[in-house]
Amino acid sequence: MVQKETQPNTDHRKEQEFVTPEVNIFETKDGYVLEAEMPGVNKEGLEITLEGTEITIVGHRRHEPLSGTPLVRESPAADYRRVFELDPAIDTGNVSARMDQGVLTLTLPKSERVKPRKITVS
Amino acid sequence: MNYLSRWQRPELATWAGFGRLSSLRDEIDRLFEAPLSELAHTTQLLSGWTPALDVFEDKDNLVVRVELPGMKREDIDVSLHDGTLSISGERKSDNKYEDAEVFRTERFFGRFQRSVSLPTPVASDKVKAQYTDGVLTITLPKTEEAKPKQIEVSVS
Repeated sequence: MVQKETQPNTDHRKEQEFVTPEVNIFETKDGYVLEAEMPGVNKEGLEITLEGTEITIVGHRRHEPLSGTPLVRESPAADYRRVFELDPAIDTGNVSARMDQGVLTLTLPKSERVKPRKITVS
Repeated sequence: MNYLSRWQRPELATWAGFGRLSSLRDEIDRLFEAPLSELAHTTQLLSGWTPALDVFEDKDNLVVRVELPGMKREDIDVSLHDGTLSISGERKSDNKYEDAEVFRTERFFGRFQRSVSLPTPVASDKVKAQYTDGVLTITLPKTEEAKPKQIEVSVS
């Protein structure tokens, strides 16, 4: 899919506001599948924007902060954000998303005209 | 004819075959680009999976939260022994995309283990664990003796 990953505007102040989710990307004959890890984000906190050939994934954490004194704090409090440039073969009208236990699965089908096709010899 | 058989799609030429290597390369890129706070994450590549863990304490409870995205509840194991809380488990890869072309593999699959030595005694029979949105939250109520008590000062 992802021909290249677009670096969001490198404004230093902005960089601190997001963490980069880890992703797996696969290509099947029908399209691409992207899995992104965003623990603490549910369906409502997810924001996926398609603009031209660029897809932006933003995940807002929905967990209320824990009360009391932090003794150990390893998890980042920031929201998630990552931008990818899409293969032009992707049918952007048919992208679908699913969120399951903090893992986003994006299905990006290729448009019919670029799918491999069997040619029947008569 | 020769031309036809050797043709390769341009995006494949860039990415195919890299598989896991590309993830290592990405990590190296990130080393240089990422803010310091993200570097801790990068070491996972060498040490396996170390899920992020938080411990909070309030008047009545200790609360431990671990980020475990994409697990099955039955693959998470929580135990309490001698004042040490252990969380372990295994994230299994679903082999759904086994024969697909791999572009990036940054997610870690396999076993993990984290332990926390609890700073106060807890009522082990009242411990509760909840797994939502890929986050495991364990609430450990303190024993009555461990709770802070107001001691009244009498004036004589």
